[in-house]
Amino acid sequence: MDDIFQAVNMAFVLFLQLDADLFEIMILSLKVSLSALFIATRIAMPIGSAVAVYRFSGRKAVMISLNILMGLPPVVVGLFVYLMLSRNGPFGVFGLLFTPTAMIIAQVILITPIIAALTRQVTEELYNEYDEQLISLGASQFRRFTAVLFDARYKLLTAILAGFGRASAEVGAVMIVGGNIDHVTRVMTTSIAMEASKGELATAIGLGLILITMAAIINLLIYFIGDMAQKYGNI
Amino acid sequence: MGNVNITKNIQLNNILPLRLENINYSIGKRQLLKNISCQFDKGKRYCVIGPNGAGKTMLLRLCHGLIKPDSGKLTWQNNHKNHLIKYQAMVFQRPVMLRRNSWDNINYALSVKNIPRQQRKSLIEQVLTITGLLDQAKQPARQLSLGQQQRLAIARALAIQPQILFMDEPTASLDPPATYQIEQLINQISNDGVTIIMTTHDLGQAKRIGEEILFMFRGRIKEQANSEEFFKNPQNDLAKAFINGDLLWWKRRPDGDNVQIKYKPITINKTNI
Amino acid sequence: MNIISISSILAIFKLTILIWSGMSFAEPVKFITIASTTSTQNSGFFDYILPIYHKKNGIDIHVVAVGTGAAINLAKNGDADILLVHHKASEIDFITEGFGIKRFDLMYNDFIIIGHKDDPANIKNSHDITDVFKKIANGKHIFISRGDNSGTYKKEIELWQIANIDPSFNNPKWYQATGSGMGASINIATSMNGYILSDRATWLSFANKGDLTILYAGDRRLFNQYGIILVNKDKHPHIKSIAGQDFIDWLLSADGQNSIAAFKLNDQQLFYPNGKKQAKL
Repeated sequence: MDDIFQAVNMAFVLFLQLDADLFEIMILSLKVSLSALFIATRIAMPIGSAVAVYRFSGRKAVMISLNILMGLPPVVVGLFVYLMLSRNGPFGVFGLLFTPTAMIIAQVILITPIIAALTRQVTEELYNEYDEQLISLGASQFRRFTAVLFDARYKLLTAILAGFGRASAEVGAVMIVGGNIDHVTRVMTTSIAMEASKGELATAIGLGLILITMAAIINLLIYFIGDMAQKYGNI
Repeated sequence: MGNVNITKNIQLNNILPLRLENINYSIGKRQLLKNISCQFDKGKRYCVIGPNGAGKTMLLRLCHGLIKPDSGKLTWQNNHKNHLIKYQAMVFQRPVMLRRNSWDNINYALSVKNIPRQQRKSLIEQVLTITGLLDQAKQPARQLSLGQQQRLAIARALAIQPQILFMDEPTASLDPPATYQIEQLINQISNDGVTIIMTTHDLGQAKRIGEEILFMFRGRIKEQANSEEFFKNPQNDLAKAFINGDLLWWKRRPDGDNVQIKYKPITINKTNI
Repeated sequence: MNIISISSILAIFKLTILIWSGMSFAEPVKFITIASTTSTQNSGFFDYILPIYHKKNGIDIHVVAVGTGAAINLAKNGDADILLVHHKASEIDFITEGFGIKRFDLMYNDFIIIGHKDDPANIKNSHDITDVFKKIANGKHIFISRGDNSGTYKKEIELWQIANIDPSFNNPKWYQATGSGMGASINIATSMNGYILSDRATWLSFANKGDLTILYAGDRRLFNQYGIILVNKDKHPHIKSIAGQDFIDWLLSADGQNSIAAFKLNDQQLFYPNGKKQAKL
């Protein structure tokens, strides 16, 4: 109990001081996870909705693969990306290891499956509901596709938020490919791991509380925007 | 409605009559349409009636192009035209509305048909007025009552100015006042020259609306006749029983020594209920 | 298919931009990378010494702190320019295998045995380290082992061997291998009130000491030597050998060595410089 109280206390202290280092770490965390989210969404949503709508042989296999990939342990993804980006590896020449770019790449791999799988689910539901009517109206395959995506946009937000959650919470991948380098690739999660390894448990938990708060704010922000758009834009 | 547009449309690209010859359709082992042959002429109101599972809905979906027959011929006038579905519209038993407001639902249909933006406003206002939904234009379509949504579906169908309108049990889920409104609409649409093919459970509705009746039973058309003749003097036994409301009690049984299996009325007694 | 192709193209485009921006780091030498151990980093050594060097030369130093084994791997792969660890045998192998040309002693401290202040095994009064280990094994007192590829773990194994004991024989309950870093292992020792071998620097800078304290130190064999190696440019042409060598030279210079000696935590010195510009194998 004492530890927990200390931790909450620490969280406030850390935040109110708004230490330049802490601020830098928070910003980098957001940069990495949001960038990964942005890219992953662009890849995952077309894949997810395409799998929902198009019937092709091997469709079931793709769906199952997506589900399996969702469960990829972040550490494993980190190792894989390390092997790819290491100087010894195929893409070593780009010198990307231990940079924020490497962290973004790893997180894109991590969160694309979950966004794709959720997109597929949402899209498929709506598609099944709409499809016959839209065919009756004479809409082309493409137009049926876009109508479904447009109408599902708020549910798709949930898919995106799920991806963000997975990215901002993970430590295994970014630790391996980022290296937790001070002022370069140190993010909230790797800081927490490091503080814990130094025995600074209160600081670690305090940072954790700050991280949760950041994630909550992002979630609320995105939700709020969606809600506002729903009320004042068209439905 | 004063739709000069529709009449012009029909004259230029008339796709009726629709002719079906020896159409068969199965799903897996079950044959849902057996040897269907019939013709639908321009401007008439057809009612397809029959018990559940007769194949009425399948027939409509087949004519509309949502399913393809396994064998047989389906011929429209001007058959060489591309994309025949654009001259047709269908209203389903349960209306499917996009998650948008009423106006945008109709707007979507018009944009799919590539109707220029300038024309859309007056068209949408017209059809909303006709169906009595002008006040609900900006309301989310899915929040309307079922009857209103069905009227909206009809409005949407009208806006694209079809030559033929398929309706699958359009009033099955509606209460009498709503049903009345829809039937009025149907008559109005028909008077403007749109061909109507409608399925219904409601014999009264068939009598009120149908100019020509098709009676279906277990995937076949058992009788097709002018409405008055059909109801006064049905030729087919099954049709007769259906009109009387007895068809439920008819069961398959072998016809005496005759190997052919016919449907005959059974006597109701305590042992076999 | 339109949406898919457009979005994929956009995504690939963005990725390319990111990669290009990543590449620009690789050109003029703005930084060098050191692979070192978490214990070295957690003691605060790099936080202290790097700014001093930076003031002189303006080059950034990126420290990737992992386990000793992982650090050596990074250096072998050419993902770091310099290797700074504290396990001489592995460092020598590194040179022998051609991944580095010269190895320099840099600084030393010692390993210590930490345990609960009540010291149930009474290792406080031991002749030497083998005595300590025998007491722990015979009394079946909880001992936390790193169980990984670290310098500390390798030292621990050497000491068990000298004491002629195989602690993992029959998987006894008192011998707990964490497979984790020093800090995480000490955390476990704190909560289990077990004995643990640690380097002095980590322990002094550790914040979660609980009821543990230093119980034994001083055996010659607990000597902990830190070595520094520049990765061989012949193996990895992209290595920033000039900048890397400059840093090593500074660390070995009087200035660098004095700075190391000046690093204190709570008035305690953590590292004792013993570097010589002469390569020592």
